[in-house]
Amino acid sequence: MTVEKMTGYHAVSWREPIIYQLGGAGRRGFRVPPVEEEIKASVGDVLSRLPEKMRRRNPPNFPELSEPEVVRHFIRLSQETYGVDSGIHIHGTCTMKYSPKMNDAIARSPKLGDTHPLQDAETVQGTLAIMYQLQKWLCELSGMDEFSLQPRGGAHAVFTNARIIRAYHKLKGQSEQRNEIITTVLSHPCNGGSPAAAGFKVITLYPDEETGYPDIEALKAAVSKRTAGLMMTDPYDTGVFDRNIEEYIKIIHEAGGLVAIDQANANSILARLRIGDVGADLCHFNLHKSFSTPHASTGPGSAAIGVKQELTKFLPVPIVQFDGKKYYLDYDRPDTIGKVGEFYGVVPNMLRAYAWILSMGAEGLREASEVAVINNNYLIKKLLEVRGVTLPWYKAHPFRLQEARFSLQKMKEETGVGVEDVNHRIVDYGLQDMETSHEPWIIPEPLTPEPPETVTKEDLDGIAQVMDDISREAYSDPELVKTAPHNAVISKIDKSPASDPTKWAMTWRAYIKKNRSERQ
Amino acid sequence: MLQEIGVKSAEELFADIPEKIRFRGKLNLPSSSSEYEVRRHIEELLSRNKTSNELLSFLGAGCWPHFVPAVCDEINSRSEFLTAYAGDVYTDLGRFQSFFEFQSMIGELVAMDVASLSWYDWGTVAADAVRMALMITGRREVLVPRTISPERLSILQTYCEGQGDVKLIDYVTETGQLNLEDLRAKISSKTAAVYMENPTYLGFIETAGDEISQMTHKNGALFIVGVEPLSLGILTPPGDYGADIVCGEGQPLGMHMSYGGATLGFLACKDEKPLVSAVPHRLVTLTKTQREGEWGFAYVMPERTMFAARDKAKSFTGTGTALWAITAAVYMSLLGPQGMQELAQTIIEKSHYAIQRISKINGLKVPMFNSSHFEEFTVNFDATGKSVQEINKNLLDSGIIGGKDISREFPELGNAALFCVTEVHTKADIDRLVDSLKEAVQ
Repeated sequence: MTVEKMTGYHAVSWREPIIYQLGGAGRRGFRVPPVEEEIKASVGDVLSRLPEKMRRRNPPNFPELSEPEVVRHFIRLSQETYGVDSGIHIHGTCTMKYSPKMNDAIARSPKLGDTHPLQDAETVQGTLAIMYQLQKWLCELSGMDEFSLQPRGGAHAVFTNARIIRAYHKLKGQSEQRNEIITTVLSHPCNGGSPAAAGFKVITLYPDEETGYPDIEALKAAVSKRTAGLMMTDPYDTGVFDRNIEEYIKIIHEAGGLVAIDQANANSILARLRIGDVGADLCHFNLHKSFSTPHASTGPGSAAIGVKQELTKFLPVPIVQFDGKKYYLDYDRPDTIGKVGEFYGVVPNMLRAYAWILSMGAEGLREASEVAVINNNYLIKKLLEVRGVTLPWYKAHPFRLQEARFSLQKMKEETGVGVEDVNHRIVDYGLQDMETSHEPWIIPEPLTPEPPETVTKEDLDGIAQVMDDISREAYSDPELVKTAPHNAVISKIDKSPASDPTKWAMTWRAYIKKNRSERQ
Repeated sequence: MLQEIGVKSAEELFADIPEKIRFRGKLNLPSSSSEYEVRRHIEELLSRNKTSNELLSFLGAGCWPHFVPAVCDEINSRSEFLTAYAGDVYTDLGRFQSFFEFQSMIGELVAMDVASLSWYDWGTVAADAVRMALMITGRREVLVPRTISPERLSILQTYCEGQGDVKLIDYVTETGQLNLEDLRAKISSKTAAVYMENPTYLGFIETAGDEISQMTHKNGALFIVGVEPLSLGILTPPGDYGADIVCGEGQPLGMHMSYGGATLGFLACKDEKPLVSAVPHRLVTLTKTQREGEWGFAYVMPERTMFAARDKAKSFTGTGTALWAITAAVYMSLLGPQGMQELAQTIIEKSHYAIQRISKINGLKVPMFNSSHFEEFTVNFDATGKSVQEINKNLLDSGIIGGKDISREFPELGNAALFCVTEVHTKADIDRLVDSLKEAVQ
């Protein structure tokens, strides 16, 4: 490796084999609890009494490893994974805040772990009390009247809200006529995908060149008798708050539609803006973003939806209620959309979010959002000093909320180094890569860092320094950046199997089959 | 920092939010607390719960009591896995590799060449599998057995609302088996998919998978099978009887019950492009890198998902249940092929012992169906003159959580409950249940 590629960092690289390449015949890492002799004698050969064609001929072809081998393998894989706890991890749109360890300890309590969802409510009053209180707190934070904790993630929450919008119009006999959802292109992609999955036609509005959000007239032009509702994100992942929101809500309501605001990322508005007060009919929060539950390698997350009084009858069942003495699961909702997931949602994350809100208190939540916004604007200031980095809509919005979407277009034009290259090079410096942008790229060569309240000024200075170093590299030695990463766990991957059915292998068995036939 | 930014107060940074819509009130939330206070408060609340260590539980019905090896918790507590998210393969290789290994073992378990990363739970993955069939076939009808879990049926209906029509196929009263005559009568060129479960919600094993598969394919529809994974240690995998898509609940693979909050739905399908293209969630493929001896991983056809195609994807995905997929991979690696087989055998022997003993209690009919069962079975209390509610109340008084009351879900089965017996139940536990049931029915 040449000297200039060195950054003082190298990722852990174990070259860990695929688990099927490890172990040896007959090894195992778990001893099955024995069946008592009396039972064996009593039931006889149960397997032989199974219908012949339903008896598995060979056990599943799993790898054979001892317990220490399994542990070592997965510990190594964990070491080759970069979490929030590993270093600077400010992947935008994701609100990668630190998750306090106490909350994890609580979530792992056997007092939760060893309870069954169908136990009598009398025997799970503790969990139900927490769920009930969390529902209430989220109402308080959003200005909504009732919350459901059932959805598992942001896209699932938006789907649930789309279903409620449909149920609302259906009860009025208008679901056939009102089959359009309006969204904005800078909203999270699920604001298009989820209503489409729910059967709606989706109309997408584009941002105005000056303001970074759609013009009121564009919305007016899109609204019609077919409008079922508006589903959009605010604030956007550009860190811009759509100031037209109140006006949009008025227009949609006048047209007979409902408004659902995606507040998956509420880090800048906690205790400062309650979208229910502004007039929105539905909203959702991601507990794994704004409320500190860990992102868990992409889940389980947890997303909670809130609605106004008029829509509470459509919420998925059950909702936790309190009769003054006991907490119980309320299934009595004749107009419910039904269930969107099994049981009640990701309960361990509800405990974590409850613990987090309790730790922070009202003032702490407000302070967290303030610190996050200060961090973001400090980073903006620093990154705009880096050559080749610009911030679209800077004139209209010099200050941003929880994050900012920069453009490296200038750098690309001047050096040939684009955002993908920079993102690979960031890794060489020991940072987690950054969000570029959801599709489509409205901003060319987009880069979206999001420093939450849990990073320090030194972290931010460090990030700015790395970006400045990379920019200098791009302008002096573009090849170095284009061929990155150099110090990562692996070198550049061959992406061709991702789109080639003859090459892709989503399982080891498929890989073996395809490569065997290649050799023949 | 404010000075560097060039503002006097942080308030200026919120300029984007119009003054008139800002919240100025006082939130009705508690004030902040120390770690000790929060922990003590929550532990006090949780102490009101009674766990399956304190009460002897025989509940299953979509969330099952199984032993969780310590290694599972050790690995899913690793903060790298716990706090990672959306990094690329260059920072998160280990996460990608774990996903691939999870997919590989799920593929082996169900005998399919393609498996995806997991998402929410069996019900939502089954519903998404059905939506795949609606999109691929362009048809509207979905046929499902009347014995389907009511919870999953509700999800299926919520997902299909306005786009697909879910129709129920009768079962044979005597055996519970899907009624092939009724299927023949209802299946047609309008059918997008036939979905069945094995073992069924009511605990017995469907044996006509191959015939259902043939009938489904003859009508140009897709055959979807939902499974409980541990049963596949001894049962024929759906890939061997013609399934196009297999889904199921991964909670038994190393997840604590967690009040139903630690579920993961898995999906596997045939290695055919139309199917793969329609999978709504992430699929990780194995690949190579520029350096010899390195494995790499990539997401398959990312352009097909909502992330790139937005509303054109007609599906949604995002944060799934990856940490549980890693845990399931750990669990399956620990057990290995022999362990999976032995565990399934242990479970079926114990549940059969319970069936044998309970069936000797006067007035109880168990199981209600003349079919083979895995870990769950139905018990009918009609002849005792008592409702399941009363029986369960009596059992709870002696520290036992009885089976799930299914009297309202399946009125035709009378006063009936669904019991679950697994490897966590000892002979003494089962005998205790039997003794308490004897008392309860008197």
